[in-house]
Amino acid sequence: MSQIPNDLKYTDSHEWARVEQNGNISVGITDHAQAALGDLVFIELPEVGRALTDKEACAVIESVKAASDIYAPLAGTVVEVNDTVRGAPETINQDAYEAWLFKIKPVDAKAIDGLLDAAAYEAMIGEE
Amino acid sequence: MLKKTALNAAHHALNARMVDFGGWEMPVNYGSQIDEHHAVRCDAGMFDVSHMAVVDAQGAGTRDFLRYALANNVDKLQDGGRALYSCMLRENGGVIDDLIVYFINETFFRLIINAATAEKDIAWLEQLRNSHSPHLSLTRRADLSMLAVQGPHAATKLWRAFPSIEKASSLISFSSIFDGDCFVARTGYTGEDGFEVIAPHQTIVDLWQKLLQAQVKPCGLGARDTLRLEAGMALYGQEMDETITPLEAGLAWTVDLKSARDFVGKAVLLTFKPTYRLVGLSLLDSGGVLRAHQIVRSGASYDGEITSGTFSPTLNRSIALARVPVAVADNDIVHVVIRNKTLAARVVKPPFVRHGKIIIDL
Repeated sequence: MSQIPNDLKYTDSHEWARVEQNGNISVGITDHAQAALGDLVFIELPEVGRALTDKEACAVIESVKAASDIYAPLAGTVVEVNDTVRGAPETINQDAYEAWLFKIKPVDAKAIDGLLDAAAYEAMIGEE
Repeated sequence: MLKKTALNAAHHALNARMVDFGGWEMPVNYGSQIDEHHAVRCDAGMFDVSHMAVVDAQGAGTRDFLRYALANNVDKLQDGGRALYSCMLRENGGVIDDLIVYFINETFFRLIINAATAEKDIAWLEQLRNSHSPHLSLTRRADLSMLAVQGPHAATKLWRAFPSIEKASSLISFSSIFDGDCFVARTGYTGEDGFEVIAPHQTIVDLWQKLLQAQVKPCGLGARDTLRLEAGMALYGQEMDETITPLEAGLAWTVDLKSARDFVGKAVLLTFKPTYRLVGLSLLDSGGVLRAHQIVRSGASYDGEITSGTFSPTLNRSIALARVPVAVADNDIVHVVIRNKTLAARVVKPPFVRHGKIIIDL
């Protein structure tokens, strides 16, 4: 069974989102997603300062098997990217919730409430 | 409803990630396909390949029939047990399938064909048989399973797990032996030493468990693909299909056009002028992973295309097989468009890896 922490929010495209203390949103991919993709070998992250619209394709993650787009879980500006993960994509396979990809300063701090909670995400992947 | 091999329960017991592969539910990995890949390069791994079809051709005149049906020449098989890789062609030179044929004796040859093409292959062979050698029998052996044990330690671990087939330890590469109802061949699809064991379902299920205890790592189709790609081996449906002749798929070495014998497709191949050739690519720039169907630009008047691409665990970089204009030479730098970027790659002569060693210039 894949891990789905209760304190995070989720998208139907398998990103997780965490509200940081300063109100920024950390974004990564779920444990379910990393297991489905398999060994990750390449990550392309958005540039800091880029303005993202909700659900915009803004990063690419490649496993040995295939390439997948990563989507912005909500609208905002990229304020930080995780260079450690970029240099070592396998850390996502090891702990998908530790290995955040980028952080967004959201346009609307309340937009996160529109994402799935852990129970809803679990129900969704159960139906796949 | 997906077909299941006799090892299906064993895969689920190991929490394998299962996928639909040519109508079969097969393991793609058991955790990390990169770990599985390294196990085969450095130690020993095993693959359930029971989805592939075993077809026994039996009766007087089997050699004559296969001499006509296959593009490679079964007359190269003179010692009992020897194996030959060959394409089977349409009259237009397109590849129906690639296969391994084992010469057991003059009235018994065994063919191993791909899973996804098995039905059409058998229909084609039966049609050829009916018009050329109606007395031959062609029997699909659904009563058998097939396990590939591959890697530098495959031999010692296989004999330890299965002492009754130790007489197979003297097998040279590309040869096989029968031991009762157990068929053992020193063949594989990884570029390493290894064996393929074809036996009744329960024998293979028992062998799997013994090999697990002997620390042979279960490996899925994911590792099988990266291993064969590093080994420069063609995959049906990727490097060739019915629209491609073996002469443009890097398989000219498997087509015997010199001998006087006739075979299906020969007339077309004799006058065929290739416009493409199959090469290896080693990605020089970072920025993505080479994948099938990406366009290869070389400065020639027409583009090439990647037929198989992946991340190579052994080289720790992306590699590919590609069909490029014949003018493209080894060591040329070509460009591949990945998303919005144009990345440089070096043209190399496959294989990339043999017996655990990188054999191309990086």
